[in-house]
Amino acid sequence: MTEWPLWEIFVRSQHGLAHKHAGSLRATDAAMAMKNARDVYTRRNEGTSIWVVKSQDITASDPGAKDELFTSAAGKIYRHPTFFPMPEGVKNI
Amino acid sequence: MLFPYLLRFADNGLILSQRLGEWCGHGPVLEEDIALTNVALDLLGHARMWYGYAAEVEGNRRGEDDLAFFRDAGDFHNLLLLEQPNGDFAVTMARQFYFDVWHVELLRALSGSADMRIRGIAEKAWKEAMYHLERSVDWVIRLGDGTVESHQRMQIAADSLWMYTGEMFEMDDVDNQMLAQGVGVDLAALRGPWRDRVSSVFAAATLTFPAATWMQTGGKSGRHTEKLGYILAEMQHLQRMYPGCTW
Repeated sequence: MTEWPLWEIFVRSQHGLAHKHAGSLRATDAAMAMKNARDVYTRRNEGTSIWVVKSQDITASDPGAKDELFTSAAGKIYRHPTFFPMPEGVKNI
Repeated sequence: MLFPYLLRFADNGLILSQRLGEWCGHGPVLEEDIALTNVALDLLGHARMWYGYAAEVEGNRRGEDDLAFFRDAGDFHNLLLLEQPNGDFAVTMARQFYFDVWHVELLRALSGSADMRIRGIAEKAWKEAMYHLERSVDWVIRLGDGTVESHQRMQIAADSLWMYTGEMFEMDDVDNQMLAQGVGVDLAALRGPWRDRVSSVFAAATLTFPAATWMQTGGKSGRHTEKLGYILAEMQHLQRMYPGCTW
């Protein structure tokens, strides 16, 4: 038996604003991936919304290229919003 | 009459749940293993609500555990369909599909019961039953309209369980009295919608609608196939050996 394609599952939780990666599973197509995701990743009342994406459709950064990709940003703390005074009453930053 | 009426729904949930639980750790894929046991747990939840209410109606002489673990096969009133062995995955799905189509119609009808407790349980269980149906429809179509082997197996499964489907629409004394009181539902009236749904799904699945007309009956009145005894032996032995034991 050939193995079914792998899917990455993203779940938006009860209070979360964005979908978060919950894990992966196998399914023959998107419809089955959706049902399986519901059964595997939201059975303890975790979710209000699900995205499924074929793992092979995700383009990932090269783990070996960390230096050239990310070290430049490390020394630039003024790019963080915490560098500036926050106006009162602003939420979700 | 209300007590035996409730017991039927409770026993349906418990016995099918126990059957599905047998798949735990044996599912064809991990995802399906979890999905099947989710359905089993939903049905166990329904059974507990029905048993709980039945126990109250009986006067709290027995609790839900007593009803589940200390009755013998002749006192169980589940449908014969639900005690049939899991077989291969196609048999499990055919059994589930036949039941789910009926279950959704039943619970929808019970949501209009004059008994508010029944109405509450039915409304809650209906949502879960709708998802069970979505799943079993999906599998029947996938397997029926799948490979040559999956099609064959699905057809054999659909045919082999067909003779247990007639019982779902039978009206006996208990059903008639409950219907007359506005508490129960007209099971015979569910047959039309059930056949329509089954036939449209079988068409989509390229399956032949079973032609056999002879139907086996008896579950509702406690006359079971020998398979129920084995289910109860496994399910009840711990409580019978150590009555009242808990986790």
